[in-house]
Amino acid sequence: MITLKINNTQVEVPEGTTILEAAKKIGVEIPTLCHHEDLCVAGNCRVCVVEIKGRPRLEASCATPAENGMEVFTHSAKVRNARNVITQLLLSEHAEECTLCYKNGNCELQNLAEEYYHDDEMFIDLAHEREHRIDKSTALRYDPSKCIRCQRCVRTCAEIQGVNALSAAFKGKDMMITTFMEKTFGEVVCTNCGQCVVHCPTGALTERTYYDEIWEAIEDPDKHVVVNTAPSVRVALGEPFGLEPGTIVTGQMAAALRRLGFDSVLDTDFAADLTIIEEGNEFIQRLKKKFVDGEEVALPMITSCSPGWVKFIEHMYPDLLDHLSTCKSPQQMFGALAKTYYAEKKGIDPAKIVSVSIMPCTAKKFEANRPEMKSSGYQDIDAGLTTRELAKMIKQAGIDLTKLPEEDFDSIMGESSGAGVIFGATGGVMEAALRTVYEIITGREVPFRHLDIQPVRGLDGVKEATIKFENCKSEYSFLEGAEVKVAVAHGLRNARKIMDQIKEGKSPYLFVEIMACPGGCIGGGGQPIPTNDEIRMKRIEAIYREDAGKPIRKSHENPEIKQVYEEFLKKPLGEKSHKLLHTHYTKRNRY
Amino acid sequence: MPDTTKLIENLVEKYGKKRESLLPILKGIIEEERYLSEERMLEVAKALDISGAEVYGTASFYSFIDLKPRGKHIIRVCKTIVCDMKGKNEVIKTIKDCLGIDVGETTTDGMFTLLQTNCIGQCDHAPAMLIDGEVYNELNAEKVRNIIKEYKLNRQN
Amino acid sequence: MASQVKRAEIIFAPYSEYPYKILGEALKKSPDEIIEALIQSGLRGRGGAGFPTGLKWKFAKEAQGDEKYVVCNADEGEPGTFKDRDILVKVPRKMLSGMGICAHVIGAKKGFIYLRAEYDYLKEALQKEIDFFHQHCEKYGLDFHVEIKSGAGAYVVGEETALLNSAEGKRGEPRNKPPFPVTEGYLNKPTVVNNVETFVNAMMVCRIGAEEFAKYGMRGQKGSKLFSIAGDTTKPGVYELELGLTVEELVNEFGDGNTKAVQVGGVSGFCVPRAKFKDKTIGFPGKDDVNYIPTGGSIMLFNHTRSMYHVLENYLEFFEEESCGQCTPCRVGTQQLLKGIKAIKKGEKDPEYLDTLYKLAETMKVTSKCGLGQSVANSFCSIVDEFKEEIIY
Repeated sequence: MITLKINNTQVEVPEGTTILEAAKKIGVEIPTLCHHEDLCVAGNCRVCVVEIKGRPRLEASCATPAENGMEVFTHSAKVRNARNVITQLLLSEHAEECTLCYKNGNCELQNLAEEYYHDDEMFIDLAHEREHRIDKSTALRYDPSKCIRCQRCVRTCAEIQGVNALSAAFKGKDMMITTFMEKTFGEVVCTNCGQCVVHCPTGALTERTYYDEIWEAIEDPDKHVVVNTAPSVRVALGEPFGLEPGTIVTGQMAAALRRLGFDSVLDTDFAADLTIIEEGNEFIQRLKKKFVDGEEVALPMITSCSPGWVKFIEHMYPDLLDHLSTCKSPQQMFGALAKTYYAEKKGIDPAKIVSVSIMPCTAKKFEANRPEMKSSGYQDIDAGLTTRELAKMIKQAGIDLTKLPEEDFDSIMGESSGAGVIFGATGGVMEAALRTVYEIITGREVPFRHLDIQPVRGLDGVKEATIKFENCKSEYSFLEGAEVKVAVAHGLRNARKIMDQIKEGKSPYLFVEIMACPGGCIGGGGQPIPTNDEIRMKRIEAIYREDAGKPIRKSHENPEIKQVYEEFLKKPLGEKSHKLLHTHYTKRNRY
Repeated sequence: MPDTTKLIENLVEKYGKKRESLLPILKGIIEEERYLSEERMLEVAKALDISGAEVYGTASFYSFIDLKPRGKHIIRVCKTIVCDMKGKNEVIKTIKDCLGIDVGETTTDGMFTLLQTNCIGQCDHAPAMLIDGEVYNELNAEKVRNIIKEYKLNRQN
Repeated sequence: MASQVKRAEIIFAPYSEYPYKILGEALKKSPDEIIEALIQSGLRGRGGAGFPTGLKWKFAKEAQGDEKYVVCNADEGEPGTFKDRDILVKVPRKMLSGMGICAHVIGAKKGFIYLRAEYDYLKEALQKEIDFFHQHCEKYGLDFHVEIKSGAGAYVVGEETALLNSAEGKRGEPRNKPPFPVTEGYLNKPTVVNNVETFVNAMMVCRIGAEEFAKYGMRGQKGSKLFSIAGDTTKPGVYELELGLTVEELVNEFGDGNTKAVQVGGVSGFCVPRAKFKDKTIGFPGKDDVNYIPTGGSIMLFNHTRSMYHVLENYLEFFEEESCGQCTPCRVGTQQLLKGIKAIKKGEKDPEYLDTLYKLAETMKVTSKCGLGQSVANSFCSIVDEFKEEIIY
């Protein structure tokens, strides 16, 4: 252990602790910008500098390890003066358009400017000289004039996602954060995962917003606007309204959507259950083809719910696309049914339906706009909004989410099982699938206490589990005694580990779940900011609480699912399913 | 045009398929083509299995790795303090007059590009310039005119 | 005028022995013996920062690592410096011997010379020398291989950790310290990064002994130093002089009779006005010796025809281009200083704005991530202190 003094208070920390962490331990908050607990230390912004007795220079507390006998001053006059100058420097190169900024009120630079308020511009404005080039791609928006070059996005894209779509370029006064050759996100190897957005301290990187168009549709009497909400939105939407991370607001969310004027408030979780039926059967079919028919079939099968992940594999492993389940994501299954099954049942002209999804995700915007996603004969999903955009709409409508009564989703396509809910957490799709697949094969419930498949839960980067099939039903006797190894990865850097194994032909798995974002959808690129491991864990716990509280916990027991097969789809992997619920993938450039 | 795929292959073979080889490979391309095009950057990214953004970000950091098409001969006149004191402006003006181009431009025949650069370590013989890496120092207007003339002459032969 | 400057002959000394013979003899000594001699000699890094060489080698020797590296920093980019160029041309064998001795001391099998792009024209001859050096390594049983890594035009890469990043094929951005290169350097292995001249000096300590080496130098400074003399001087060039001489002594020797100011240590160093020539000694400062100015060897003389505003503007243009751009104080500060003095000159800002800029420069000094940003204040503040009128009017 190391003992040091911070602002005259003694503190003991393990070796390797930074001054920043040591200060936090005794309740001293040192402001930071380039620092993020998810990422490696950069020491770039210099906002967190502190004074250390005996050293002539101030040191970045995020990058300086605590040493025995150190005497640190975090807010001395020298430190405050320096921090003030640095803040003013940052402001001088930042386009100060706070009132015009999407991140107004949730900006770390703004917070710093508030703390280090200066009544006049200290330095010459540099922002206006900078080129005003705003990249408005389908999913993401980048405004370099608001970038403070902390490189959090660069580190996110490299360290968490292993994509490296962003880099610092040039040097000195010309140094900037950019994609390859300053191309738009749509033109480069970018998965649209939005993790850069979640990690951006300012309004430089945001999602491309679409709520204005949705307001318009809501107000159009000719349009029937249907909304569906992803599992992870209900455990995070409370945060922008001041609720603790991990607060479940499912009922309030449904009430708010109704008050916003959506004509029908439905649930993506229904489509998640549907995904399990299709995907579970696809998995069994692949096993049968392989082990009974001796056909060449790609195994492991990998989930395809996460559009950031799908775009990643299209870019990075175009030769392994066969491994992806052909199932569309729940969002797109929902969209395809909304303009067919739902329209039919409700007697509404599908041309008049506007289908909106509320997603924890920025990549969903791209997915909704994929050219192949038109199997209903229309664009299946007209717009994908993030959790943050929904919070904005609710605020614009003057609604206090916290004061709303809890309401239910509408029907049809509003009912879900606990299995659908856990799609929101890493490991959830796997767990939901196993709950159903095991029962199809053996006729019994999956052999885990309370159906909770603990090995696939939690924040470990790659998780594994083995399921042994015993006493199988006669038609699945080929699986008798089989030990099926499955794996779960979240964060694309972890995905790479699994994919490289497959590429080398060394994968021990038969079924793999991959989510682009750390923690799964609850940590998605469209979720409230900030997001860190502590918050991810709280959202995950809430997801499992919601699951545990559901009367139905298995997708195949969802009565609306039974109904849609009886009345419309007929059978899993059937002709209609094939047309509406399955898709194909596109090989893309690797570099 | 030289076979550039081959060029990159050869460079990768020479320096090894590893990140540490990036700069030597980029410099090797520059030597052949005078600048680094978008296509070459992507080819290098592919060859080293790193992202295009990484290649671009690294390449653009260095002043001697040009990302814009350049002439056959690149003139870099030192603009740092000692050369500045010793008549860099006259050198620039003379070159401009000789070639009819401004700093940052390339002659229409694609023969010369005129650039400025920071200290090249010739302060004891200032003012100085580099042409394609070759040092020319203790310059004055007449000397500059002769050097340019020499380069132009060589082109004709 | 009689010369008051004491010439030294260490680096360019015409010894009859072959440098590689000295290498061979040094290899017979134990690493600890060599480290001890280096510490005794008082040799400090010649790149400008002045870290004791013996200690650096000691740390690298003691660091754990399956591989270690010896790196010669020949990225001589400080404006006004060109002495490494002369070493590379005239006595490369001494430098390479120094690298070989270092490899022996720390247990490195690989090393490289990071040669700035502007010196590409020296590459061919240097490679021949390296090949020759390898023959001698083999002969003496030293398993050590040196290669040249070429720069591509970036001043900041002279900073050792930026150099390592650049050598790894990355942007030449300085790293956080700690960890220091002696424990985590090239490819995160223990690495000694020394200046060209330092390796020559280290080799010469082995040749002439610590005691003899320490005899050179005046006013408490140890050894000789190469100076790059340029600007308004009658005899520009590289000179080997004893450390510890005053600016006045230098000006007497090299000035054109009209010297107004001397920039010691390049644009990252200090500007000394005529009135202070007597007081300022060139060498490494001890604890509170404000009158000692360290230098990597750059000495630029300015005579009365020069506008110090123009000089400062030129420096700041250099800095705003050559900052790596990663840390706020340096990236934005350099731009603000340049824009600021221009605005004052044009009357767009009040003269009092110079105080704000001064405060900014001082903040850059204490908060920048690396030596580049930290040293901008050296020239800025010393020029503003001494030539305020010229800056404002």
